[in-house]
Parts: sequence; C-alpha cells; structure tokens
Amino acid sequence: MSNRIDVKKTYKLYINGAFPRTESGRTYEIKSAKGVFVANPCLASRKDLRDAVVAARAAHSGWNKATAYNRGQILYRIAEMLEGRRAQFVDEIMQLTDVTKVKAEKEVTDSVDRLVWYAGWTDKIASLAGSTNPVAGPFYNFTIPESMGVVAAIAPETPSLFGFIDVVAPIITSGNTVVVLASTKAPLSAMTFAEVLATSDLPHGVVNILTGKKEEIAPWMASHMDIDALDISGLPAKQHGPIKVAGAENLKRIHSFKSADPGRIIAFMEAKTVWHPIGL
Amino acid sequence: MSFEYAPAPESRALVSIKPKYGHFIGGKFVAGGKHFPTINPATEEVLSQIALAGKAEVDAAVKAARKAYTTTWSKMSGKERGKYLYRIARIMQERAREFAVLETLDNGKPIRESRDTDIPLAAAHFFYHAGWADKLEYAGLGTSPKPLGVAGQIIPWNFPLLMLAWKVAPALATGNTVVLKPAESTPLTALLFAEVCQQAELPAGVVNILTGDGSTGALIVNHPGIDKIAFTGSTEVGKIIARAVASTNKSVTLELGGKAANIVFDDAPIDETVEGIINGIFFNQGHVCCAGSRLLLQENVAEEVLHKLKNRMEKIRVGDPMDKNTDVGAINSKEQLVKITELAAAGDAEGAERWSPPCNLPAKGFWFAPTIFTGVTQAHRIAREEIFGPVLSVLTFRTPQEGIEKANNTPFGLSAGIWSEKGSRTLWASQQLRAGVIWANTFNKFDPTSPFGGYKESGWGREGGRHGLSAYLKGVSHE
Repeated sequence: MSNRIDVKKTYKLYINGAFPRTESGRTYEIKSAKGVFVANPCLASRKDLRDAVVAARAAHSGWNKATAYNRGQILYRIAEMLEGRRAQFVDEIMQLTDVTKVKAEKEVTDSVDRLVWYAGWTDKIASLAGSTNPVAGPFYNFTIPESMGVVAAIAPETPSLFGFIDVVAPIITSGNTVVVLASTKAPLSAMTFAEVLATSDLPHGVVNILTGKKEEIAPWMASHMDIDALDISGLPAKQHGPIKVAGAENLKRIHSFKSADPGRIIAFMEAKTVWHPIGL
Repeated sequence: MSFEYAPAPESRALVSIKPKYGHFIGGKFVAGGKHFPTINPATEEVLSQIALAGKAEVDAAVKAARKAYTTTWSKMSGKERGKYLYRIARIMQERAREFAVLETLDNGKPIRESRDTDIPLAAAHFFYHAGWADKLEYAGLGTSPKPLGVAGQIIPWNFPLLMLAWKVAPALATGNTVVLKPAESTPLTALLFAEVCQQAELPAGVVNILTGDGSTGALIVNHPGIDKIAFTGSTEVGKIIARAVASTNKSVTLELGGKAANIVFDDAPIDETVEGIINGIFFNQGHVCCAGSRLLLQENVAEEVLHKLKNRMEKIRVGDPMDKNTDVGAINSKEQLVKITELAAAGDAEGAERWSPPCNLPAKGFWFAPTIFTGVTQAHRIAREEIFGPVLSVLTFRTPQEGIEKANNTPFGLSAGIWSEKGSRTLWASQQLRAGVIWANTFNKFDPTSPFGGYKESGWGREGGRHGLSAYLKGVSHE
C-alpha cells in the first residue's frame, strides 16, 4: 500500500450544477496548516461571477416556485448527504486549519444540524413573516413574504464548512438562489460540499460556488446589476462601507449577521401585500 | 340640455396662516434666519415665509431629540407613550378640516382628497400605532425590542401630512424621537402638526420639525447624532442617501419611485376597470409614487377599454383645488410642471400618440391636463421613467405571460394593479408580479395596518402594519 501514488482531486468551481475550471485559467496555491502543498484551486474571475449569476437567475423561477415542502426535503437531503461523508470533511478541515479531530468533528456535526434546522423552516417562515391585515374597508388584505431573487454571499474564512453553510442555508431556504465565495484560505470544505449538493436533488444553479479573493470578487458582486442582495458576513467590517456604496447603484439589500435566527431568512425575503375587494 | 356644476368652494376661513414661520425645536417655535416663500400652486399666491434650517438648527434639533430620548421618551412605558399618540390622533381628527384646507392650499391637491383621504388616514396612522406602543414584545420582532434612538425623517410634497404620519407615528410608538423635515414646497401642515404636539403636551424634543430644502436634508442625513434615516422621495436621492450612510451605523428605510403596471386582462369588468385606471393615474394629479402609470391592456379588449377610458376622462373636472367638485387639482410646483412637460414631449418625439380631453386650465398656477399616450413601447422614456404627473402610458399584450413580463420589465417594484374576474388568474398574476403592493380589482388603497413599500429600486423596508415597526427597532436582523 505504501508504494501507491494517491489520486489527487482537482478543485474546480461549481456553477449551474457543473464543475468548470475558471475561464481565466488563474489558480492559487493553498497549503496545509503544516506548510505542505495541498491544491491549486481556481482564482475565479469577473466572468466566472457573471456566469454564476446567469445560472442563479435562470434557476430562481423554478426554485422559488417549488413548494416549501419540497425545498425542505431537499435541504434535509443535503444534510443526509453531508452526514454520510463526515470523514472526508473532518480530514479536510484538519488538514487546512490544524484543529483537533474533536473540533473538526464538532464542526461537521454542527453543519449537519444547522442544515436540518433550516430544512424545517422552509414551510414555516411565511406563517411567521406574513400577516393578514385588518384594513378599514371591504378588502381582503394579506402580506406574503417571498424570495428576493439572486443573492450573492461571502462566506467567512473560518470555520470553513460551518460558516459556509450558515451563510448559504438561510438564503436558499426561502427560494432565493445564491452565488457564494468560499473561504480563500480553506476552500476545500466548500468545494467538497459542492459534491454533496450535486447529489442532493438540488436543482442546478440554485447554489453556485466560487473560490478566489474577497477583495476582487466582493466589489464585483456589489456592482453587478442582476444581483438583488448581498450577505457580507464573511467580509471584515472595515470593507462593508465601500461594498455598500457600490451596491447602492441598484439598491441591493446588503446585510451581515452574527448569529442564526429566522430573521436571517427574512432578511432576504420581500414582503408583498395584496389587496382584493370583498363583495357579492 | 346640459347640466353644469355650480362652484362649491370650501371656505379658507378656518385656517390662519402666519406671515412667517420658524422651526419647532425642543417643544418651542424658534425663529429662523433665512427664509423662502411657500406658495399656493393653484394661484401662485405667496402663503407664508418659511425658515431655511442650516447647520446650527440641525444641531439644535438633534440635540433636543437626543435629550428627549435619553431623559424622557426611552424611559417612559409603552403604555404612556401610546397615550400621547392617541392624543395626537384625536386632536388631528378634531382639527381635520383645518388640516385639509391647509394641505390643499399649500399642495394644490383637491379638497375632496385632502379631506377624505390624506387627513383621515394620517390620524388613523397615529391611532393604529398608539396601540402598538405597549405591545411591541408581541410583534414577533424579537423578545425584547429596543428603539434605535434619534430618527432623521425626510418626507416628500405629494402627501405632506400623511407622509409625516407614516414616519412619525411608528418612530414614536417604538420609543424613538424624531427630527423631521417636510418638503420645501409643502411645509405648512407639518408646522400645524407641531402645534398639535404642543396641545397634546408631548414632551419637549420628542418631535422636532425643521423646514428647508435639499441642503437641510443632507445635513440631517450626514449628522453623526442621528441613528436612523427614513426617507420618502426619488430613487435618485435615495441612492445618494444609501451611499452617504454606507460607512456609518445608521439604519435606513427608503420609499422611492415607481412605474407601476396596471394590467387589464380580457375577462376584466370593464366599467370598474376604467374607474380603477382613472384612480390609478389621476389620483393626486398623478403625484403618487405607486401610481398606475403604465396601463397594460390585453389586445382583444384594448379598443373597448380605451374608448371608455377617453369618455370617462372627458368628465374629469380639472381646476380650483378648493372646489369640492374638483377631481384633478394643480401640479405642485413649477419645477414639477417642467419635468412633466419635458417627459410628455419625449413621448411625442419618440412616436407615441398623445390624447387629452378638452379642458380649460386656469391662467395662473401650474396645470397639466390629464393625458394618455397610446402606441407606447417598452423602450420609450414615458414607459421607463417616473413622470409623477397625470400622464398615462398605454401598452398592449397578447398572452397573460407576456403581460407579466412587460409589467416586470422595470428597475422599480413598488406597486402593480390587476384587473380580472377570474380568481385563479388574479392570484397567479399577483404571485408573478415583482412589486411590494398588489392591488387586484382596486387601486391606490392605503391603510395603517397594511405594509407599504417596494422591491428592487423602489426602496428598502416597509411602512405600516407589523412589518413597518421593524424599521425602528434594534436587534431585528432583517431590518
């Protein structure tokens, strides 16, 4: 066994359900916590982002229309797939971030549990965030929250798997599609998670994953006119201002979060109020 | 034989307008430095001289608001806060006619609308929010909702008192104090509201009112002592505000422009639909951010609808806003009239066909006849830009899907209208439309309990209802 040469994985992007290399041909080197070469992931370009947004926009109508029950089952399916590949995620987390096995295992456990938590929200959030409104007149009036469209997100550097899932799950729970930039230093978890997504019946284009540099990708996300909203939880606070300035061009909804709560789902939903007269 | 309406003017004896006004800061009227005139747009008569707030006044108002917040308002129980709001609502009801007359004089809108819509809704807004003040922890917006602090509020000229109510009532109910700037051309009802605050014995500094122009607005937006900006106005200014506060901790709500589609399917009840189209675009001279300014007609009923629409437009009474029979009043300002005229000229130049009913417009004041353009394409400026006047662009579609696609083909997303007798189609269309307020078989309805606000470039956040409260509370992560 010891003479066997490993078959190493090429880490690529995840766009529209496929695993393309960056069109730019650019890569960057990542090393293990001990300084050993690990992989050359893609350094995604502005064109890769645009392609991902096209895929996300095309996928929105179907994912948004899917029943909340169906979306819940798919999110739960993602959790099932992740649970089944625990060992691989634990290894990759330990390799890149030098954490103990116990800590890496806890991160994977938390990730699975967080997915299950959001899976249960898909068919409840509308009851919580919607309302019927007793207007002073003969009208039926109700407010329904619905997904915004295409949301872009910057995942935090660490924890690379849990942080990634914590950003992505609330966005897609309500029917949004997402283009997300993975942790720059530790992108393996996100790229392997793409393989989980690819085997979870998630429609192509609902989650699109880029690897690369925050300082390049974030401003492109902010100024892209077909992105409706932005989660910048993974960006350092001092970079939030310039991103918000760029995002004002199409009045993107830009948020960052410190914890998980249903407000995180609602932040990327729009409230739609419908009036209809009542009469014979 | 023809029947003519006799003049039925509302009396202006009920209002007394001072020759000059100051600012309302810390519960008192404070004399201003520079002044500018506010006029009656129907006659160009100068109504009063209005103070222009500069840095010193903004500083003083923010200071007064902060003091009121820390010493009084944030410490008061919700139950007591609510009682002040109830008092305000009641006084507004008592003085409703006075407010209506003043609004019509300063704004140019028909007295019928200020009397029956603006003022009653403004009072209702305070009454509704008064009841929230001691029930915030049950609003589903966190278990321990806390106010933000001092809110800077900048409102437009199209519904002066109503927009004040939309801003001030939720801010106060949630425990914030406010610095409010009414629009440059319509300050009078806000200044009368300051008197209402005095009569209600509202603690000094809880509401501060500064008059001025865009420069005053910019001073408020950029003031470091303000925690929250609430703005209603143009998308252009909304973006400037979004950029200005990007690197601060200020939270922001924006109610901006619109270019609402009013979609008529071939099964619509035509007579009701025509009334809805008229209300959608000619209510308040079309000075409405959610106006149904793009009429989308299914091709097979287009001719019939247009024929009836033109007949109905011939019966619109344009003229003296103080006359109780007037349907369409004066354009609010010369500046706005220039903008409407310019965009309508672009409609001619780009090949759309203009039609207006014959009407005698008064010689003095600012007026624009109710107008429709047919043969409009999606590329025309009059189909893309907000005109904010009594000008309707008419487009057609063949299939329901095409109608929805055209409706959604805009950077705005404030409101939309649907006309159809078929329930499933109405619900389908309301699901497909990307807009925050959908009026199905009705249009331009407003209520304090009903959240209002837009998708996309029509703004951030909602006003009214349970949803509107979150704009003024801390720790609500979706704000």
